[in-house]
Parts: sequence; C-alpha cells; structure tokens
Amino acid sequence: MTDRLAARFAACKSAGRAALITFVTAGDPTVAATPAILDALVSGGADIIELGMPFTDPMADGPAIELANLRSLGSGTKTKDIFHLATTFRARHPHTPLILMGYANPMLVRGSEWFADQCRQAGVDGVICVDIPPEEDAELGPALRAAGIHLIRLATPTTDAARLPAVLNGASGFLYHVAVAGITGKQQAAQAAVEEAVKRLKAATDLPIAVGFGVRSAEQAAAIGRVADGVVVGSAIVDIIGSHGDAAAPFVQEFVAALRGALNVNSPHFRETAA
Amino acid sequence: MTISNSLRSQPDASGHFGAFGGRYVAETLMPIILELEKVYRDAKQDPAFEAEFEELLRTYVGRPNPLYYASRLTEALRAGAEPGKGAKIYLKREELNHTGAHKINNCIGQALLARRMGKKKVIAETGAGQHGVATATVAALFGMECKIFMGAKDVERQKPNVFRMKLLGAEVIPVISGSQTLKDAMNDALRHWVSNVHDTFYIIGTAAGPHPYPELVRDFQSVIGKEAREQIVEIEGRLPDMLIAPVGGGSNAIGLFHPFLDDVDVKMIGVEAAGEGLTGKHAASLAGGASGILHGNRTYLLQDEDGQITEAHSISAGLDYPGIGPEHSWLHEIGRVQYMPITDDEALASFQKLSALEGIIPALESAHAIASAEKVAPTMDADQIIVVNLSGRGDKDIFTVASALGVEI
Repeated sequence: MTDRLAARFAACKSAGRAALITFVTAGDPTVAATPAILDALVSGGADIIELGMPFTDPMADGPAIELANLRSLGSGTKTKDIFHLATTFRARHPHTPLILMGYANPMLVRGSEWFADQCRQAGVDGVICVDIPPEEDAELGPALRAAGIHLIRLATPTTDAARLPAVLNGASGFLYHVAVAGITGKQQAAQAAVEEAVKRLKAATDLPIAVGFGVRSAEQAAAIGRVADGVVVGSAIVDIIGSHGDAAAPFVQEFVAALRGALNVNSPHFRETAA
Repeated sequence: MTISNSLRSQPDASGHFGAFGGRYVAETLMPIILELEKVYRDAKQDPAFEAEFEELLRTYVGRPNPLYYASRLTEALRAGAEPGKGAKIYLKREELNHTGAHKINNCIGQALLARRMGKKKVIAETGAGQHGVATATVAALFGMECKIFMGAKDVERQKPNVFRMKLLGAEVIPVISGSQTLKDAMNDALRHWVSNVHDTFYIIGTAAGPHPYPELVRDFQSVIGKEAREQIVEIEGRLPDMLIAPVGGGSNAIGLFHPFLDDVDVKMIGVEAAGEGLTGKHAASLAGGASGILHGNRTYLLQDEDGQITEAHSISAGLDYPGIGPEHSWLHEIGRVQYMPITDDEALASFQKLSALEGIIPALESAHAIASAEKVAPTMDADQIIVVNLSGRGDKDIFTVASALGVEI
C-alpha cells in the first residue's frame, strides 16, 4: 500500500510549506451533505482530511464540535454511513489522506479487528482515538497496525519529557500536538509556547509534527505553519457548517482557501512566483 | 495479608478489574492521573493520612453509624412467608452521616488527597445533588474553591440542593449539553478539568472513572463494610448470610461488599434501577447493557449497536446513569455478586413501607435495596441474616415521590 500520509507530508515539505489538515464531523449536518463538504475541503486546498466520528458524549470537545456531533447523530448518522462516506471519498480523491478521529466506544463496539478492517476496506489512512492513551494501546493499536492503518497519537502541553517516549512508542503517520491543555475550540495557544513545543517534539521523533486545537484564523495558521509540519483547523470550519447547514460547502471552500493561501505565503516557491 | 487468589486484590497494576476499568482519558489528563495514583499509594502507606481520615469520619461525619435491626420490617415479611422463613434484616445507617448519605466518606478522602497534591480548587459532577452537597461541604471544611457541574434539568428539579451548595460556598454550573443530566454533568466536569488540570482536583462521586478513582473511592467507602462486619459480629456473633445495596455507579455497594468478598458464605446482591422495566426506559447497565468505554473506564454501558450511549432512566436521580463502576462489572462476570433489577414502582412501594414500618424515610436509591430485601428475605430461613445498606435519607426525594403518587405538596 502506498503511504498517502508520508507522500503528502513529503510533497508539502518539498513545496516549503506546512500541510493543511482540516476537520469536519461525518454526517454534519447530514450524511447527504457531507460529500460536498469534503470535496470543498479538498478544492479549498486541504492536504489531509480528518473525518470526525460522532459520539453522544464527546468529552474532549468544546461546544462547536459537540454541537456538530449532536447535529450528526440527530440526523441519524450510523457507523456504516461513515465508512460509506470514506469509501466514496477515496474513490473521488485517490491521493488525499483521510483520517478518522473520534472516541473509543464507537470504534470498538464491534471489536478492534472489525474496525481496522473497515478502515482498510474504505481506504482510511489513519485513526486518532481521543480517549485511548498509550497505556491502553492493546484495545486498538495492534489491530490497526496489522491492517496497515496509522495510529496517530496526541502529545499535549502536559506530556513532559519523561512521558513523551511512551506516547511515541507505537505512534505513526504524524504526531498531533495539542497546543492547549483543554478542549477543542476557542482558547488559543501562545505562539512562543507552540514553537517551544514543536522544537522539543522534533528533537524526540522523526514523525511530522502537526499542531491543532484553537487554530481559528489564517494568520494563526501561517504563524504555526512556519514551525510545524502541519496545521489542524477544526472548530472554525465546523462553526461555518453550523451556520450554513446544507449550503455550507462554498463557504467552507472559501475559508479553507484562505487558510491555504496563508500557508502558501510561507513557501519559498510561492514567494518566487508571487515576485 | 492478601492471599494470591483473593477477590480483594483488584485492580491489577494497570488499573484493570479483569477486563474492566483501565484509564481511557485524553492524553492531557494522563499525567495527573498517574500523579494521583502515586500520591494515593504514598498516602496509603502514611499512618498520618489514615489517622486524619478516621478522625474526620468520627468527629465530622459522625461515624461509626449504627447497624440497626429492623424488627418490624422483618416481622412484616415473616407474616407473608412460609413458617420458619423470613431472614432478619439489619440496616446499615449511612443515612445518619453528616449530609445524609454515604457520599461524604469519599469526599473527605479525596479532599485530603487534593490537599496533599497542593490543589486548592475542587470540582465535581452531581445528579440529584447529594455528591455536589457533600463535595461543597468538604470544600468549605478544607477552605477550597468549589465548582459543581449539574445538568440544567437537574438544577431545575433539585432546587433545595442547589441552594444548599450555594450556601456552602460552591458555584453551581448548569450543564446545558446533551440530555442535561448526570452523564452530561460528568462530561462538562471532565472538560473543565482538562482545561484547568494544573490547579484543580476532580472529586469523582462514585467508584468509576479512570484508574485510580474506582480503587480509591472503593477504599474510602470500605469503611461501611468494615464497620458493618465488626457490628454484626458483635451483635450476632457471626457474619451475615446476605448483603444488599443499591448500585448506580456503585460506590456504597462496593464499600459494603469489598471487606466481605473473600467470605464465600456471604452472598451479595447489587440492586440496579430497572426504571419502567427492562423492556422500557431503565438504568440497569448490567441487565440491559454491554461492555464499552465511557468516562475513563471500560465497563457495562447502556448503548446502541453503534456504541452510542443511550439515555438512562430511573425515578432515583442517583441511579440515573448509563454505566456502572468497573469492579461491579467484574464481580458480575465472575458471578461473585448477583445483580437484581428493581423498578420505579417497586422502589416507590418500599419507600413508603420502610417509612411507615420503621420510621425511616429512605433515599429512593436505598428504597431499591429495601425492595430487593423484601423479595429475598421471605425465601431465606428465619435464622439467617441480611444486611441492607441504607445509603441515604429520603428527605431530598419527598417532592419526587409526592409527584409520582399524585400528591400536591
């Protein structure tokens, strides 16, 4: 299997810019509306797509993504719909990495092997599970690795030097640095703290480092993109879907294009062509 | 000494009770959970910690509370039983504790741990408000800042307890997400904790959540079983034949059961809330749920085929939760404890019966255990002994009960 994630990070690196990673919740506002939103992310210039699996109790999420979860479940989204969305996305976008992000219970309810197999069949490249720390890796890690799916781990401001090796052991694809000790959404990390953290993480691993939580504007994305290999934007996009519902796709595309434009400015190639 | 095959040596080093328990939390919380475990291990070895805990239980909570022989309830059940049948029923009077329930035992212990960790702010989730009141109480006692997360629906339904918490100096934060009840209060407490982990201690109200909470809550509540054991031996000269306790998360039940787990002749019943019946809306995670992961632990949960959590229902707000502590899931699977569902209607009947027969108004949670005893006692011999955990007093429930009985107060 070609490693779409590694290929995309390498391509972004050679272009001299950070990868743009965008998050939306599957089935928000409906399963029917999701493909157009996913396509808008890609058309806007997203490099990697995180597709949230809705859960009734999204404890690590702030109000924006929590509401997205409830909108999705309220409109009847089932796990089989999410894998169908992934399968059809893979057919339309053979090269764009797709990651499922969510909580342990919906992933494990039919067993980790079932879940890993569904991911493999649907062309999912990686999985982020918010509430399975390295200590409980046996629940999900072995099945994903056997199926060739990346298990993407989270490092946070509370992950100190003593703990970091445990987080890195078994991590693959990229390392997701959670910029703030908190939930997804509005708090913003100080740029200096992000730079310090990325430096520390890069010293400990060769995995690409993506930074997320609280990244809401093109300016912030650009600033983080100057030091990290990837920038994750979630709640700000989900808010647009919350406001525009079924008609959100063009607004999503416009916002994502602005984010991507801000990241391009970092690229030496872009500066040359712009000059 | 703990023997190697003891049922009292759980959890294992990684916090698992058989297939249950564990630490399923966001990475941000892992370091503090590991630190809490270390602090708790140290505290357990520290005689001064235990001495202070016991002193507060004695002088502030009012322990030991009595083990009371409920002779009129016993006789009433014998009247409807076959000759020679009808076990003696004793009540462990947790409802006589300060704040009116077993919850305070755990809150004292966790506040001592919070102080040991240098945390000056505490938070808690609450359903009916009993754990919130107990937490606000110990926060006042220890001079700590206190925030209580409570579902907006429960804030509306439990106004007296909301006012109590405010009097005690706590800030009550209504939770407007999800079903606006206990599980959503726990979600928001976790959200607050993950954002304020540097200075805040989370006082979890039941023997659930990520390791080491189920273990330490059980240990703090085990004072119930230790006292009951000494008391019954003193009164009857032997151990009881049966223990009965209500189970929501299950902290009062595990507190009563744990000191007896290795006594093979002592049978145990945990009573789950069957709400409108197991085919309708209920809160019986063992009888009607399956293993899953929520709120930091693997345990039995009410959930659909996609692993989405389904809403629980019980007339008792303290049992109205879609999960159960992980040690109960394990005790259920190995068959050491039998779990019995009791409906809203059965609990309501026992609520009235105990009030009228013994002059004790039980909490609706405890009324579930009384209902179970009413079923079991007549099948046992008259010289057998049942200890029922009367986990809380029922003053908080009089509005709910009046409304269920169609009485206007």
